Amino acid sequence: MAILIIAEVDKQGLSADCAKVVGAASALGQDLHLLVASDNAATAAEQGAKLAGITKVLVADNAAYAHQMAEPVADLVLELAADYSHILAAASAKGKDMLPRVAALLDVAQHSDVIAIESDDTFVRPIYAGNALATVQSLDEKKVLTIRTSAFDAVAEQAPAEIHALDSVKSSELTQFVGEELVESERPELGAARVVISGGRGLGSGENFALIEQLADKLGAAIGASRAAVDAGFVANDLQVGQTGKIVAPDLYIAVGISGAIQHLAGMKESKVIVAINKDPDAPIFQIADYGLEADLFEAVPKLTELL
Amino acid sequence: MKILVPIKRVVDPYVKVRVKADETDVELANLKMAINPFCEIAVEEAVRLKEKGHADEIIAVSIGLKVAQEQLRTAMALGADRGILVEHDDALEPLSVAKVLKAVIDKEQPSLVLFGKQSIDGDNNQTAQMTAALAGMGQATFASSVDVDGDQIKVAREIDGGIQTLSLKLPAVVSADLRLNEPRYASLPNIMKAKRKPLDIVTVADFELQLGSHQKTLKVTAPAERSGGVMVGSVEELVDKLKNEAKVV
Repeated sequence: MAILIIAEVDKQGLSADCAKVVGAASALGQDLHLLVASDNAATAAEQGAKLAGITKVLVADNAAYAHQMAEPVADLVLELAADYSHILAAASAKGKDMLPRVAALLDVAQHSDVIAIESDDTFVRPIYAGNALATVQSLDEKKVLTIRTSAFDAVAEQAPAEIHALDSVKSSELTQFVGEELVESERPELGAARVVISGGRGLGSGENFALIEQLADKLGAAIGASRAAVDAGFVANDLQVGQTGKIVAPDLYIAVGISGAIQHLAGMKESKVIVAINKDPDAPIFQIADYGLEADLFEAVPKLTELL
Repeated sequence: MKILVPIKRVVDPYVKVRVKADETDVELANLKMAINPFCEIAVEEAVRLKEKGHADEIIAVSIGLKVAQEQLRTAMALGADRGILVEHDDALEPLSVAKVLKAVIDKEQPSLVLFGKQSIDGDNNQTAQMTAALAGMGQATFASSVDVDGDQIKVAREIDGGIQTLSLKLPAVVSADLRLNEPRYASLPNIMKAKRKPLDIVTVADFELQLGSHQKTLKVTAPAERSGGVMVGSVEELVDKLKNEAKVV
């Protein structure tokens, strides 16, 4: 049976995560279908058709699917599910919102945040903030998975696959969209950035995040934050890196004024190179950092910005 | 209106768990247990809604071991009016928990079911969404603010890259994110009062549900340890290492 991947659409079109979910799905089978349920879905559908391995794109282009709300999209996926052995989405805010709804309606389990696929029914996922990895076997006929995209490689491009329009419209009266405020940023997106610089409570205030911004500008990096910095109100929650925030795995992760609570480490310890700058020599972050610098961040970070 | 708050007993979030030597599970014996932090935020929000006059009764419900009564008492010390423990000896999968909660919802008919967005043990982030699906309710996950207006609820929710606002028809399911509120501490008089609040104990068997097994844990392993790095003595040395050793800048 074929595999269904639920695409996520953002204002640029297809979300960059989608190519990684397709990468994960490639381990499960050959016949990969991509579902683009959204309004103004044409661009995303064309982009999806070019992802290597995709054999068919199903497009449900309708205002009913605007903002990809969980209720109507789950109802649509439910209608399509009979033809599929696996249903996958990214473990993003949308995927996490929508896919458990699909699984419950299908009366099957969902496997969240899958980081490795061992066979078509056996998956590895982190539990306890990444302090343990569970290898779980699905006993259901249909497998529903959200994919931790930092753990999989994006697929390359191919000659476009067939695009097939769906005319099914599932509208839901339960939930209405009121509005959305997206943070405009020139910087790369946190989940996809090659370099991430995160600030913690050690920065002392939101204004002092300017130090992080200057360094980030120099390196073309995304900015992240620890939960402590978010809790203290220094920055918005969508910058939070950790167990319940963003999971990142950049080439270079620089943790500034972050002590390294379990919950934070859960979100960044797969980074290739980790640098920690902290004035407390006993900070747990130093135990996982490739390069640790015991220093006052207010001196070290400007100097680092200058020297790089 | 009536608010139902499902809560979970989990290992204390500040405890670092270790995998058992036989790789069957993590070692939980003798560890400090607590109410799941996100559930605590949900309880706090329910209490605030009651203080604002939107709610008249808050019911905390937990599904699990007899000892989860402790966490229900904690919820009642924070302001829940009564507790329901659905006793069950084995760990239940999120889908099974959602089915039990659906049965509790059918009985109690709450206007709002207020969850924490995920438990910090299984990290599944599913039960609220699954319960909403089974109960046929709308859902607003990852809430950072909640406003009740008649038979509607307006929820601002954390999404990738910003905040989205939804309006839901009640009854509805909401799951709490970190920024929704800062839970209060239970005062001693409230802890004493909580001991006298009603706590019903029922069992999963009382609901005549068919709870199947949908997954099997084959093994639980420790993640690969990062090999210990080096401490550098100066910013200059750090820059040199990044440029010439790690070659990442």
